[in-house]
Amino acid sequence: MIEFYLDGRSGLSPYMQLVQQVRHALRLGLLREGDQLPTVKDVVARLAINPNTVLKAYRELEHEGLVAARPGVGTFVTRTLTDASLAAHGRLRQDLRRWLAKARLAGLDDESIEALFMTTFRTASQEDIA
Amino acid sequence: MSAALHARDLGKRYGRRWALRDCTVDIPAGHVVGLVGPNGAGKTTLLKLAAGQLTPTSGTITVLGGRPTGEPAQLARIGFVAQDTPVYAGLSVADHLRLGARLNPGWDAALARDRVERLGLDPRHRAGKLSGGQRAQLALTLGLAKRPELLILDEPVAALDPLARREFLQGLMEAVAEHELSVVLSSHLVSDLERTCDYLIVLVGSRVRAAGEVEDLLATHHRLTGPRRSPDRLPGDWQVVSARHTDRQSTLIVRTDAPIHDPAWSVSQVTLEDLVLAYMDEPAPAHLRPVLEVKR
Repeated sequence: MIEFYLDGRSGLSPYMQLVQQVRHALRLGLLREGDQLPTVKDVVARLAINPNTVLKAYRELEHEGLVAARPGVGTFVTRTLTDASLAAHGRLRQDLRRWLAKARLAGLDDESIEALFMTTFRTASQEDIA
Repeated sequence: MSAALHARDLGKRYGRRWALRDCTVDIPAGHVVGLVGPNGAGKTTLLKLAAGQLTPTSGTITVLGGRPTGEPAQLARIGFVAQDTPVYAGLSVADHLRLGARLNPGWDAALARDRVERLGLDPRHRAGKLSGGQRAQLALTLGLAKRPELLILDEPVAALDPLARREFLQGLMEAVAEHELSVVLSSHLVSDLERTCDYLIVLVGSRVRAAGEVEDLLATHHRLTGPRRSPDRLPGDWQVVSARHTDRQSTLIVRTDAPIHDPAWSVSQVTLEDLVLAYMDEPAPAHLRPVLEVKR
């Protein structure tokens, strides 16, 4: 069983935070197939959040095929997210390090690097959506 | 969707002063609705009218399809927890439950007993000796054990410390999950509303400035910063909620369903608090501005 929390400064809606926490737990192996998610009532009573928020998060996870609701029993994990991309992390990290070194060489400080990365990241993900 | 509350041109006057005037609002059922606005906006008056504790001077109000001041059967469908969660100081906790059972036809004695037990309240304790948080929880218990279809709460947590506030809202949300009741809740604490409400109404000077599902409101409002631009050169489908200008820069909060492509603007998310403040800041139409009276 996992326990949810809410980060008020994450900029993500509470429902997205719940979805991400489940995905995260699946990737890290904290949740496995057959495990039960906390009941809506438990989450609501713990976090003092709107029940619809939890329902929406669970529906989203269901839609992604990660969990299934058994009426009257609860919501259960149906799939694990064994991270196939993990192998690629090392090489990507190396690329990123090289890029960071280049950015520093060009005279960018931490804040400029972060700003450049975030704007590029946002633009790229917006283009992906569009 | 059916309406929990529907008011048209609703007004309430005390002597020469209008506490609420020309208020038109629709509140859908099946939501936890947050009602925010500055002091004097008419929130308490609206909620008291909805609970049948006041009768309108003008206009109409229907709650769950009926007049709130109608017959007892209608009143039984509406629960009301008034400002500062009042209880009878001289009566014990058990007395409160007995009174609730006597006065309410649909009283859920098991729910009341269970809640009092879980809260660790001693039934023999006088309500006047309870802490603020416990008093609020007792008032909530009475409101819930009535098993209303709509529970109205006026600033229930304003006077509570953060822990008591959290516990109160936990109890309220748990009840919503269990009993599928509609809730209307007024509060100044936007961070609480952000967690607990899925529908928000901003009331300023008796007027609804913004109303909608919290998620839609957040998705359609944006903060834009960019080179100074005059308001008449903005896209026509933007509703400019607030605009601030320096000699070089403009900062806007706009409402629009369309994505913003103009590269001159840097777009950022607004929080619910930003959004509420932007609407509360907006000047009221001239005829609705409160007239300041000179005290002699």
